[in-house]
Order: sequence, then structure tokens, then C-alpha cells
Amino acid sequence: VSDVLVETALPPGTSWLERVRGSVARSAPIFAVLAVLLVWISIENPNFTEPPGFLAFLRRAAPLAVLAAGQYFVIVSGEFDLSVGSLVTVTVVVAAEVLADNPDSTIPAIALVLLLGGVVGLVNGLVTTRLRVPSFIGTLGMLLILDGAVFYWTEGAPTGSLSESFRTLGRGGVDDVPVLEQLPWSVVVFLAVGLGSVLLMRADLGKQFVAVGDNHRAAGLSGVLVARVKVIAFVLSGLLAALAGVLLGGFAGVSAQVGDGLEFQAITAVVLGGVVLGGGRGSVVAAIAGALTLEALFTLLNLLGVSGALRDAVEGLIIIAAVAFAAFRLRADR
Amino acid sequence: VSTEAATLAPRSRLRLPTGVASVPAIWGALVLIVAIGWLVVSIDGGDFLTSSNVTNVLQRTVALGIVAVGQTVVILTGSLDLSVAQLISLTSLIGSETMDGKESMLVPALALTLALGAGVGLVNGLVITKLRVNAFIATLGMALILRGYIENNYSRPTGAVSPSWGDFGYTRMGPIPVSVILFASVAIVVGLALRRTRWGYHVYAVGGDEQVSVLSGLRTHRVVIAAHVICSMTAALTGLYLASRLGSGTPRVGTDGGYDLESIAAVVLGGTALAGGKGRISGTVGAVLVLAVLDNVFNQLELDPFLKQAVRGVVIIAAVAIYALRRRAVRRGPAVQGASA
Repeated sequence: VSDVLVETALPPGTSWLERVRGSVARSAPIFAVLAVLLVWISIENPNFTEPPGFLAFLRRAAPLAVLAAGQYFVIVSGEFDLSVGSLVTVTVVVAAEVLADNPDSTIPAIALVLLLGGVVGLVNGLVTTRLRVPSFIGTLGMLLILDGAVFYWTEGAPTGSLSESFRTLGRGGVDDVPVLEQLPWSVVVFLAVGLGSVLLMRADLGKQFVAVGDNHRAAGLSGVLVARVKVIAFVLSGLLAALAGVLLGGFAGVSAQVGDGLEFQAITAVVLGGVVLGGGRGSVVAAIAGALTLEALFTLLNLLGVSGALRDAVEGLIIIAAVAFAAFRLRADR
Repeated sequence: VSTEAATLAPRSRLRLPTGVASVPAIWGALVLIVAIGWLVVSIDGGDFLTSSNVTNVLQRTVALGIVAVGQTVVILTGSLDLSVAQLISLTSLIGSETMDGKESMLVPALALTLALGAGVGLVNGLVITKLRVNAFIATLGMALILRGYIENNYSRPTGAVSPSWGDFGYTRMGPIPVSVILFASVAIVVGLALRRTRWGYHVYAVGGDEQVSVLSGLRTHRVVIAAHVICSMTAALTGLYLASRLGSGTPRVGTDGGYDLESIAAVVLGGTALAGGKGRISGTVGAVLVLAVLDNVFNQLELDPFLKQAVRGVVIIAAVAIYALRRRAVRRGPAVQGASA
């Protein structure tokens, strides 16, 4: 009874142009919020306006931005991926174990963890579409499996270490770039993922993600292979989570807690960007801007000397306020 | 409204002779798991169906069980609550801090803690209904706020429960722990409220289709807010119970237990639809028992705790997949064609 119709986003007959215009109007506030935060940070810390200061910020934000892009594909298709945080941990721990024996095999190690991420995403997608397990539960189960497996394997204390060349992607950069001094690799990765995501969303596949999330039945009747599109979204999320793991491992080193809570941060970032849980609405650029906003918020709270504990509380308040504001705008639009 | 609840219910049940027919499928799984567990543990040389082990299993159901009952109610309305784990930690702290080891403070402490729970639930419900914030984000935000408060104010176990409250978690009537009776009472009261009161029917209606409920003249906001108040109060009860077991409040007792996601998993394992509108308390109780029995079997087999967690994940996915497959099979069958039309 309840699953016959998914609520449609806009009245039937709305043109694609109006749809796009609507989504830009809805996602605009996040850019304003981000701008305000960035200006505030530069007032508190003038170094922030210099290229190295700003690039350092982007480098810190890169893993979350990459995760947010992956989570966006899944959310806009109408699903959730709660397994990305544990997948980041798995990536770092597996890479460290592999590289402990032969530090020279950086490329194979990166290929291995990306493959692992893709496979985890594939399983998530198949469990959601073929076994019809709600993705909230399916990926929650995957979270338990990955966390349990990684701790079982390492007995709670990951061993091994990441080779210098592996860590370059997370903390190194291209030296002697004019003006910028050093262009961090993670910023390059971040820009590449952002550009790739925008191009993907303009392609047929991207439109199918949105169509499936908006109304999977209508999309199916229009000839979209709904299950396949959702599986691809999950695979992308898994791949990007592994990539975020590579960046974070390079940046922060090996630990069994590296991915803790990242799934919620990624979902929060996407929602801050105005993407609607349940699918069908929101842009990937805004989702990435949501990730930058979240990271800017952390940076600012740090600069203002707000203690780590209270930071959580402030973050919680701001998230609720932002989404409530978006809900008001959505109603006003209608 | 009432006919909807009545026609939907049979889908999630085993087809058994009359009298057993209203038992959710998870209870069948429970019988099976107990049988297999008994066999495996016996072969391994352990004790399974002894009274002390049964007491152990029952004791393990209390903390998750109470909060899962509340979680069932919010999920039935189509909402969910991710803030319960932090609320469990906070109420364990506030409860034992207020008691401070004094018997005279027992009643005020219980009242204060339950009121705190009700307040948090009220805020969750208001933010979700009046500010129209998605429940996932609203309760995640609440969890962050509570965590911030806890970490800012507490860093170690705090306070002490009163002597009688300390006994409460360890007292038994025969083989049955008194705290299990508390869990059973909460489940029965909430279960009856869902099945027998007007409010209960409204919960199913709102979860089934909120638009239709609004058009039928229901005050849907009140129903959702009440569900959140009940859920947060069950979290407060779990917090008080854990304080009783541990003797004092602990800042991480709720998150270490993973009660937020575990309670949602238990509800879904019990056959309640995550989208709301379908499910029953007895299913959740069965699921909590299944998880406790599995836990006990794994412990007896001395399975690595982390491997245990991984197996748990597989069990949850497999169980929910079986539900989904059964539901499709039932839908295609002739029996309910009329009902689902």
C-alpha cells in the first residue's frame, strides 16, 4: 500500500529547465553560508587568505568532499550508504598490512583498496536491489561486518605502516608551483573528483540517478534500468570511500578509528548542500560545498577556541537549523 | 484506518494453525535458533538450557529491549531516532548523580530522568513536525548536541545509584530477573496502547500514509510527537537500568552499546517496516531475544567478539532479505490480492 507511489518532487509537466532552476535556487544558500564562514575564518586568521593557508584547508577538507560526492550519488538515487566510514578504516588498515611486507608496491596497494571499495559498493547495491533490503539496514549490516572483520583481522591494533610513496597522495604535493608554492595532491584529487562528478551528472547516467530517486516507478516505466542505476551509485560510493581512505591514510596515518563517524559527516554534508534525503533533488556541487562548509565550521570553531566537546553541540544545532531553513524555503517554493 | 492495520498485519506473520497465527515470523526463527544453539553448545560441552544460562540470556535483553520498544513506536510512525544512545548515556549520568547514593533521592531521580527523556523526545518531535526537519538529521543533530553536553561536563563515571536501585538490576524472582519484568511491562503496555487505543491506530495510520491521515482529519503532528516522547522515555529507562547494573553513570555507556543503530536493527529484524505503518511490538521483542540468544551462543563458543559483530551484520542483512522475499511471495499469492488492492 505504502510503496505504490513515491512522492514526486514537482508537479507533472515541469520542464527540465524549471527543474534545474529550482535546484540552483534551493542549493544557493549553502554557497552563501560557505562564503560567510570563509570570510569569518580569514578575519580570525589572516594567513587563511594566502594560498598555502587556503590550500591547507582544502587538503583537510578533501577526504570529506570526496566522501560527500560518493554519498550524493547514493542519496540522490533515493538510498543511504552507512558503510563508508568503516570502508575508510578498512582501506587504511588493508593498505598498511599490504605495504608492511613490501613498501614498494604502492600502485598495486592503491589498486587493491579501490577494487575492495568497488566490491563493497557492488555488494551494497545488490543487497539493496536484488534482496530488497532497505539500504539503511543493508549498509548498516555492512558497517558491522567491515568493522568486525577489520578488528578481527588486526586483533584491535592495526600493524604495518603506509609507505612514503603511498602517503604522498594524502600529504605531499607538486612543489615549485608559481604563486601556490605547493599544490597538494589531495587538492588535485578533490578537483578531479568534483569535475568528474559534474560531468557525470550532466551525462545520461546522472540524469537517471535523479530520475530513479525522484520516482523509481516512473523512471522504470520510462526505460531506466532502476536496479542497475542504483548499483552503479553504490559502486561509485564505495570507490570514492576507498579513495577518501587513501587520502586520509596519507594525511593522518594508520589507526583503527580513522573512519569513525565519517558516514554521518558525509550524509550531513550532502544534506547541508540542500540534497533531499529520499532522493530526486539537489546538485553534486552543492553537496561538495556542504562538505567544505562542514570543514570550514570545524576550522572556525577551532580558531574561536570552542572546546572539542562543545563543537559537537554547536555542529548539531547548526545542522538542524540549516535543514529547518531549507524546509521553509521548500515550502515557500511550493 | 483500522481496516488498513488489520489487512496489513497478516503479511508479516507465519501461516500456522489458529491460535499461533498471530505470532510474528521472528518467533519461529527464535525457536529454530534456540534449537540450533542448544545443539551446538551441547556438542561443544557447554550448558545452554540451564536455568542460570536462561537467566543470563534474559538479562541481556533488558537494555536493548526497552529502548527497542520505544524505537518501534517512532519507526511505526515513519520516523526514527538516532539520539537514543547519547540519551542513554546522559540519563545514566543524571540519574546516578541525582541519587548520589541516597535512598531518599531515588524517586526524585527517577522522575527527573524520565522528565528529561520526555523533554528530549518533545524537542525531537517538535523539530521533526513543526520545523519539518528530516528525522534522520533532526535526531542526528540531537545526538551531537547531547554528546557535546556530555563530553563538556563529564569525563569519568559519575554519581552513585541508591542501594535499592543498585539491587534492582541484580534481583531475581526465581530464574527471572526483576529487570526483565520491567522490560516485559514496558513492552506489554506499549503493545496494548498500539493495538487497543485510538492513539495506537493513529500511529499505524500516520506511518502508513501521512497525507491520507491528514486528509482524514488526524492531528498527525501530535501522534509523531507523542511517539518521540515515548521513545526518549524508554531510552531514559534503559539509561537508568544500565546505571543500576554499573552502580553509577558512565559517559559512553550508550554509544559503546551501539544502542542507536542496534535498536533500529532490532526493530527491522522484528518485521517492522522501516518506512512505517507495519509491524508490532511482539516482533521487536522476538528480535531482541534472537540477538541475545545469538550473543550467548557466540560467547559460549568463545567466538572472537569482533567476528561476532561481523556475523551479527550478516544475520541482520539475511533476515531482512528473507522478509523482503517472503513479502513479495505473499503479495503474488492469491490470499491477499483483495487486501492489497
